[in-house]
Amino acid sequence: MNDIADIRHASSIGLTSYLCAKLSWLSKDGLIPVPVVHREISNIMTKLLEWVFGVSVLGAAWAFVTFDILKMSIPRPYREVAWPMPLYLLVSFGCYSLATVGYRVATFNDCDDAAKELQAQIIEAREDLRKKGLKF
Amino acid sequence: MASRTSTRSRGDGEKYSVLLPTYNERENLPLIVWLLVKYFGESGYDYEIIVIDDGSPDGTLEVAEQLQKIYGEDKIFLRPRAKKLGLGTAYIHGIKHATGSFIFIMDADLSHHPKFIPEFIEKQKEGDYDLVSGTRYQGDGGVYGWDLRRKLISRGANFVTQVLLRPGASDLTGSFRLYKRKVLEGLIERCVSKGYVFQMEMIIRARQLDYSIGEVPISFVDRVYGESKLGGNEIVSFLKGLLTLFATT
Repeated sequence: MNDIADIRHASSIGLTSYLCAKLSWLSKDGLIPVPVVHREISNIMTKLLEWVFGVSVLGAAWAFVTFDILKMSIPRPYREVAWPMPLYLLVSFGCYSLATVGYRVATFNDCDDAAKELQAQIIEAREDLRKKGLKF
Repeated sequence: MASRTSTRSRGDGEKYSVLLPTYNERENLPLIVWLLVKYFGESGYDYEIIVIDDGSPDGTLEVAEQLQKIYGEDKIFLRPRAKKLGLGTAYIHGIKHATGSFIFIMDADLSHHPKFIPEFIEKQKEGDYDLVSGTRYQGDGGVYGWDLRRKLISRGANFVTQVLLRPGASDLTGSFRLYKRKVLEGLIERCVSKGYVFQMEMIIRARQLDYSIGEVPISFVDRVYGESKLGGNEIVSFLKGLLTLFATT
């Protein structure tokens, strides 16, 4: 009886990883190569649907663990960690976004040389074209 | 590297068509054509320049005709249209009479510099890419003439695009690209957006169709002869276009 409880316990937490494992099983054995699997998914689902699907799966897993829906007596520590997870993830993602965009703005190259070169070439071009008979 | 012979020709038989949609580019057109002729000439690749003017009131077409006399009708083609229509239709109109197997698209306002053309070509040959896109966000790529606010909006918008669309290319709104001709024709058929969202959609559709995409860092010099502003309207229409792509691709 303990075995059954353990299996159900494990599978409830591993919902998302189960799906990922299934997909990689398909591709690992060479039955269906990974790019094809990926293309099939992107041909079936729009990005919006992918997000809805992903969020639903994660949301379901979170709900199962936090509210103990299947009444599997998940140990308290797991539930206490799982409960604030969505908020933690959201805040982490927010921090990551700010840091990434900040870094990218700070390291955005300024092409001063390119501008100078262009100005010089414009003068050269106008002169050359005038010689060739262009009326500006 | 092949040495340059006096006839300056590469024996690979590839021809590159450059599509230049123009609207009120009387000042810039001669300059961009001069630069194209210079860099293509130095590189030895066979090329043609196709000017698609949308009935510019400032006489762009007339300047284009002068350039045609100077550089020859085998090098410069004019495909004018009566009035300002969309970018996608401009490309289609231009491709119809193009004889190249590869097509460059770029802006005619000197923000894109033809000096990168040999780099694009080499990159394409390197991996036989279906599409080579110029990126301002990676490697040596960058911009000139943007203040902090503009850079912030640009990087922020690009970040949102990367998260939502995961396109596999670093610069989606850039329009300095090299396409294989069949690839460009096929993609234009499938794209429905307008303006720079059209450019984004091209890359997304290319991803969907499993086309290979290469990238070349480019420098983007903003508006030599004027200022381009990024106002609230542009941001709103960008977000609308992004969400449409998010929901439909």
